[in-house]
Amino acid sequence: MSKIAIVGVGQTTCTSSREDTFEEMVFEAATKALADAGAEVGDIDNVVTVSNDFWDGRTISSMAVQEAAGSWGKDVSTVEGDGTFGAFYGMMRILSGSFDTTLVVSHMKGSESIMNLITNAMFDPIYQRGLGIDATSAAALQARSYMAMSGATEEDFARVSVKNHGNARNNPYAQLPLKVSVRDVLASRKIAEPLKLLDCSPIGDGAAAIVLSNRKGLKRFKKDPVWIKGVAHCADAFNLGYRDLAKSRALKAAAKKAYKAAGIQKPLSDLDVAELYDAYSYMELMWYEGLGFAPEGKGYELIRSGATGMKGELPVNPSGGVLSSHPVLVAGMVRLVEATLQVRGEAGKRQVKGAKTALAHGINGPCGQAHCVFIVGA
Amino acid sequence: MGKRVAIVGFGQTYQRSSRKDVNGVELINEAVNTALADAELTIRDIDAVVIGNMDHFEGINYVDMWSAEGAGAVMKPVIKVCTGGTTGTTVAMCAYYHVASGMFKRVLAIGWEKNSESDTTGAIITAFHPVWERPTLGGAVAGLAIEASKYMANYGATERDGARVAVRERLHALNNPFAHLHQEWMKGIPVDQLVDLLVGSEQNAMLAYPLRMSDMCPRTDGAAAVIFAAEGTAEKIAPVPAWVHATANSHNFVYAGDVNMDRNTTIAEASKKVFKKAGIKEPLKEIDVCELYLPYSYAGLKWIEDIGFCAYGEGPRLLWDGVTDMDGELPVNPSGGVMSSNAIGATALIRVGEAALQVMGRAGTRQVKGGDVNLALATGFGGCYWGDVMLLGKKKPS
Amino acid sequence: MTNWKDNVKNMIYSGRIKVPYLWNAGMTGSRFLTGIRDRKEIWGNRCPGCGRVYVPPVKSCGECFVPTDEWVRVSDTGVLESFTIVHYSHDMQPRKAPLAYGLIRLDGADGALLHLIGDTDFKKLKVGMKVQAVFAKERTGTIADIKHFAPV
Repeated sequence: MSKIAIVGVGQTTCTSSREDTFEEMVFEAATKALADAGAEVGDIDNVVTVSNDFWDGRTISSMAVQEAAGSWGKDVSTVEGDGTFGAFYGMMRILSGSFDTTLVVSHMKGSESIMNLITNAMFDPIYQRGLGIDATSAAALQARSYMAMSGATEEDFARVSVKNHGNARNNPYAQLPLKVSVRDVLASRKIAEPLKLLDCSPIGDGAAAIVLSNRKGLKRFKKDPVWIKGVAHCADAFNLGYRDLAKSRALKAAAKKAYKAAGIQKPLSDLDVAELYDAYSYMELMWYEGLGFAPEGKGYELIRSGATGMKGELPVNPSGGVLSSHPVLVAGMVRLVEATLQVRGEAGKRQVKGAKTALAHGINGPCGQAHCVFIVGA
Repeated sequence: MGKRVAIVGFGQTYQRSSRKDVNGVELINEAVNTALADAELTIRDIDAVVIGNMDHFEGINYVDMWSAEGAGAVMKPVIKVCTGGTTGTTVAMCAYYHVASGMFKRVLAIGWEKNSESDTTGAIITAFHPVWERPTLGGAVAGLAIEASKYMANYGATERDGARVAVRERLHALNNPFAHLHQEWMKGIPVDQLVDLLVGSEQNAMLAYPLRMSDMCPRTDGAAAVIFAAEGTAEKIAPVPAWVHATANSHNFVYAGDVNMDRNTTIAEASKKVFKKAGIKEPLKEIDVCELYLPYSYAGLKWIEDIGFCAYGEGPRLLWDGVTDMDGELPVNPSGGVMSSNAIGATALIRVGEAALQVMGRAGTRQVKGGDVNLALATGFGGCYWGDVMLLGKKKPS
Repeated sequence: MTNWKDNVKNMIYSGRIKVPYLWNAGMTGSRFLTGIRDRKEIWGNRCPGCGRVYVPPVKSCGECFVPTDEWVRVSDTGVLESFTIVHYSHDMQPRKAPLAYGLIRLDGADGALLHLIGDTDFKKLKVGMKVQAVFAKERTGTIADIKHFAPV
């Protein structure tokens, strides 16, 4: 591959509630990404925004961010889903030959609405919504299925929380850096069993942006390119009861395609760092398996052995992950931003030494129905 | 450079005011199956899916996830795109970029809406800013009425001119079995008389001056699907693929108050970009047919000027001279257009599909120029003047 | 002298999106719901391609992409494949927390139905236990016509 590179990244801090409007946050992320790239808005050929009508409380929410995203006078489009899918589209638009550079920016103000109601609206209006199901209660069902299949325990989930909240202490952008122990997690308030408060991510406000360029456009920018070596996405079925919730076949399929393009054969050793979308603690263990870091059902081995800790063979979520900051739709893009910073050696205190090949992962839909996998490298 | 892309299949459901026999997923599935049958493909041949609708019209969050089984997206890459009325063309453009990127060979673009399931105006009002606009803005009709009034004031256009557009759309729809509104009573009555009837009728309620019921589009349940394929593959699927020559869009306004009400600058900008890419110098001469997204009649006078088919103020003349009728130099909306069917998420995609049918020579009773169509233009409009333009052609683009 | 603009507090404007909906269940869904409402019977349908029986029934199979029109009556008892006890409340929930959800694979179906669990001490819930549908006394043609599932 190596045709498209990430040349600029920007992210706002994630907080439980920011005073800025979402347009202001989009502007902040976009200008940060441009500044990072050493570029101006005129260097951008087209724009892709990422937003969601329900979360924004606004029909055609994509319409509202145009000025803030710098798309005046430019071709612009939008994706309603996680930021990684928007980045994918931004990349395709360059590969088409119509543009040399794309700015992709996503935003989210979780503080402005009630997460349970917004995610309840993801579910089928005839058969599911009236039951009151939402993203968290559905996730809890998946967590239990996974436990039954794999033998992973609540302690294993807690270990993920300890690791990620701890890692977040090195990340100035994270919403919830915490020093907690497994016991703290197990003792935290029950939310939807087996999930407890510290197994769940904090929905918050945030925005992030990336600047993509082909080889021809590179001269407009000052940063060293971080190349997209491989990328793919895939969606599973919607019908919750008819998916094997304990296994993520869509993630496997996406990873296979992305790995093939990037020449990754043994993920655990070929990758230097990974940023995964752990909306809930148990998800990180499931994604280890879907991504081939561990065999099916054995994800817990990696968290127990410390292989995915900062000192391990493959550090996962040095940023603190989604468990520490969850602006929905933005979180996947932040994974991509973090992966880029790692490859550049610009990840500050959360830097994995010598990282040259990084994986960034995003999800969409209930219980990780769809997955997007990016492999980026020097 | 990217790959050349063509449309190889198009399917749509019969557009109706209300499809009570199916839910949204089933409606989508109908359109998908129709498109696949049209292209003689199976769902296994599809590499990726792009889908669009307006969330608040069906009250479904993450529609691409909810409809995966019906859209044929299970274990495929799927993306949702939504830009209001332009959704269909934005979806089409997204599907085009999927194929042009070289990453996918056959991509399914789906647009749909079950307008019968919601309060359309109630949902549209939520498109506007909750603090600055929503308390005072009155939905889509009001904004368009302002534009129409301005056009009349600037160029001396009359209510009859607006009605002439409505008459054209409704007469064209009579040739289109898929269209929602079939005003059979109009058959056989001279155009002049039809215009007088619309303007003079007391039953034709004035909604917001100068817009009457007859000037507006209906609310429709419908779905459509278009299949895009890459050069090398397209030729094996369709005997006459409709090649995408150029596509562009423009969207410069966030707040309704900022919109330039004198001219539709976004459709003008997008059209300019497309014509430049495709080397079009005289649009009226070189383009054979146009499926123009007209949410209301007066736009049919004004936006053809903005696109560059004629000079400012000349729109009415083109209408009355019959230039935009089925046997004219530039037939506009042989399908009957948005004013005859408006399932919002599908509507702009249907413009693309209908334009493709014209190029392919497969538009049946609504085919223009005896099938001798070289270039067809499709446009989308929505939200705060989001303007999409796509040019399709019989010959492969250079 | 201080400028009044420097002493302004952030204002928050509250609102609700009030858009009413009328969702069509479609004919397939309507038959399923009518079977429950009028006959206390749970029906699914079978895909001619993969042979899976779907409950609730679907008009076409998402995996095989073919129409599914062979109706199959399934049992009102089944296996609890997963469950959760929810400790928070929000407006869309039909009952107050703590409440429990389950994924129930009814005998005869090849996948699970999402529903509420009730009439039991939640602490006793186990994956794999047998549960049975408890029908509501007053049934109106919604998924709530099954009141919940209870351990057998």
